[in-house]
Amino acid sequence: MKVCLFLLLWLPIFTGAQIAQPTPDDPVANKRAVAMAERLRCLVCQNQSIAESNAELAVDLRRQIREQIAQGKSDDDIFGFMIARYGDFVLYQPPIKPVTYLLWFGPLLLLMAGIFMLIRYLRTRDRQIEEHELSSDERLAAQRLLNESEGPR
Amino acid sequence: MNRYLLPLGIFIVLVVFLGIGLGLNPREVPSPLINKPAPVFELAQLHQADKVFATKDMLGKVWLLNVWASWCVSCREEHPVLLDLARSNVVPVYGLNYKDQRDAALAWLKQFGDPYALSVMDGGGRVGMDYGVYGVPETFVIDKAGVIRYKQIGPVTPKALSEKILPLVRKLQSS
Repeated sequence: MKVCLFLLLWLPIFTGAQIAQPTPDDPVANKRAVAMAERLRCLVCQNQSIAESNAELAVDLRRQIREQIAQGKSDDDIFGFMIARYGDFVLYQPPIKPVTYLLWFGPLLLLMAGIFMLIRYLRTRDRQIEEHELSSDERLAAQRLLNESEGPR
Repeated sequence: MNRYLLPLGIFIVLVVFLGIGLGLNPREVPSPLINKPAPVFELAQLHQADKVFATKDMLGKVWLLNVWASWCVSCREEHPVLLDLARSNVVPVYGLNYKDQRDAALAWLKQFGDPYALSVMDGGGRVGMDYGVYGVPETFVIDKAGVIRYKQIGPVTPKALSEKILPLVRKLQSS
């Protein structure tokens, strides 16, 4: 009887060990899992990554990442799994495709528009400034003024 | 005069964009599952744990899959709407009891009424994950071929039901 009880006491450890298995002790896999979780957005608290969030969904998805790493899936497989369920929105870095062209290249477009406007402005300003030669009288007057200001020193 | 026109134009465009942005709900992330086959599952039923319900049983029918839980506060908000819908017999509503305890779920249905043809238990949330569930309640409209046609994120409001879900259901039923 006592032996039986003693054995029963060990039972939770064995069953518990099985449940805890998905968390790999392997530091490389661990690092991969964290790196991936940091690149995925938590849909419940949208300004946090799955790595940061304590929402239940984030916990589930972190576990999912670890499980799939343990199954030998590649990063792309795992990201694909997330995108298939939650859309591109889960990625902090959206993929480059026609709908995101504006997102990716919009800033460049704005920069080019800015440069274009700057050039145009500089050109019109160039035209507005009229260069005109000084007459000899004006030249003399200017010389006088320059001498005056330098004189007392 | 002309030199003020361009900045004013840019300003107006910005204001319009910001105005549109304010009107959007960031919680509503478009699901990639729309117009894709609904993820297949086979789960134990809530009321009769020894019986299973499988998505393939529903082929040939238009049906709603409503994700709910007893811990979910917004589910109480939509519950009267679902009860009304169930009474109207227009379309069957199946419940996916998400990350819940059986006792709590049964007690909840007893207290608030049961609009579901039946509910299945997704205690681990695995099926929920396949459906991309991130905010309970969520409701999926699934057509005769087993394809997801619409996803309601958050409670089913009377407005969403009458303007989006029911017209879509009728269209799908007659096709």
